[in-house]
Amino acid sequence: MTQKLLLSAEDLHIILFRLACQLKETHGNFENTLLVGLQPRGVRLAERLLHILTQHYKVPNVQLSKLDITFFRDDFRRSDKVLNANNNSMEFGVENKRIVLIDDVLYTGRSIRAALTAIDSYGRPAEIQLLNLIDRRFSRHLPIQPDFCGHQVDAIQNERVVVCWKEDDNEDAVYLVNK
Amino acid sequence: MSELSVKHLLGIKYLNEADIRLIFETATQFKEVINRPIKKVPSLRDITIANLFFENSTRTKLSFELAQKRLSADVINFAASMSSLKKGETLIDTVNNILSMKVDMVVMRHSSAGAASFLAQHVNATIINAGDGAHEHPTQALLDTFSIAERLGNVTGKKVVIIGDILHSRVALSNIFALQKLGAEVKVCGPSTLIPKHITSLGVTVETDVKKALAWCDVANVLRVQFERMSASYFPSNREYAAFYGITKPMLKTLDKEIVIMHPGPINRGVELSSEVVDSNQAIILDQVENGVAIRMAVLYLLAAKK
Repeated sequence: MTQKLLLSAEDLHIILFRLACQLKETHGNFENTLLVGLQPRGVRLAERLLHILTQHYKVPNVQLSKLDITFFRDDFRRSDKVLNANNNSMEFGVENKRIVLIDDVLYTGRSIRAALTAIDSYGRPAEIQLLNLIDRRFSRHLPIQPDFCGHQVDAIQNERVVVCWKEDDNEDAVYLVNK
Repeated sequence: MSELSVKHLLGIKYLNEADIRLIFETATQFKEVINRPIKKVPSLRDITIANLFFENSTRTKLSFELAQKRLSADVINFAASMSSLKKGETLIDTVNNILSMKVDMVVMRHSSAGAASFLAQHVNATIINAGDGAHEHPTQALLDTFSIAERLGNVTGKKVVIIGDILHSRVALSNIFALQKLGAEVKVCGPSTLIPKHITSLGVTVETDVKKALAWCDVANVLRVQFERMSASYFPSNREYAAFYGITKPMLKTLDKEIVIMHPGPINRGVELSSEVVDSNQAIILDQVENGVAIRMAVLYLLAAKK
């Protein structure tokens, strides 16, 4: 197994601030906006963006929910691993909201399809946008593209993109790992 | 990634503590699902489940069916009273005929102890025991212990008394196994005619004085007196049972703490519990029913994942 550094802590820092700025540009004071982090890895990214928005850009009352898509995945019983669920916390409601789905890596697009169906069961949002830290382009199984993208990667099938966060993995970095 | 250690749910006896905790964790997520505006997830959309009820049931059958539908499974129902069993078909033949219609899972209730285990050995489908005679009723025990954990924060170290007809009760046996695996202390209480002779070999203590039992416990799981299973007289009359073993509000007021009252239903109001107790905040009987759907969803989901 070999790994290559894609983004350093400094690169990540710059990208996170850019993504936060783009969100601010599109959503203004976030009055009718709901950020939705996908469990488990998208939540960390969403929390970082929330921190930048509230601490550095002084946007008050940005709403953040956590969505778990386990029960909506299309590979249940098709892969060997059992799909264990994480917590959902969707206390803000989605009806008529502008939603930004946030996940760390966009690969086949299947998780996002599951997330779109999952959000449906909470109500009818006004619109749904997609934010990804890493876009593994040319590897999509579905017609899904990010609205906000941190960094694009061309990775082949037996490579994996691993996003590390200081909170969980002791460092901020993104690696390309050869399986 | 954790998974269940068993392929079928035949009884709590065959589960380990990690299995029970995994079912609880999964059920917690499903409880959130069934409180959404749209209470349905697509996980089991390619699964067909047969509910075979060879014995009458209202809430278990409804609860299982609701759980299956909330998971998007296809469901077929079968009631023994309207079937070819009356024409002399054997259990295996009946089930194999149903399975040849491409059924993946079978939920079965039967009046004979061991019926679910027997089926698991002879047919090729995932079997879930929804009650077999006076043997086990695993999903009831799971939802009971889940409800205790929800109300009291934990089951470990809690004192639970099971009161009433222990002799005819599959709920009692499954509850004893589940509570012990989760580290609770268990006592059974009832008229000595309704307590099995060797029950202490399971590691439980016996008490015939209900007032002493209530003073000891944190939780009282009160069972229904099963008139339909009684071929002999185990106690003189309903009135006498209510007088000696019926739990009333004044009785609970004499205790120095507020204990939790549970009942698997259907309740004989005025016999094992007074109406005032049933409708009080101490009783978590309706929480048990709500948790039943979440627990059954978790069991179906985790067993389906084993295929």
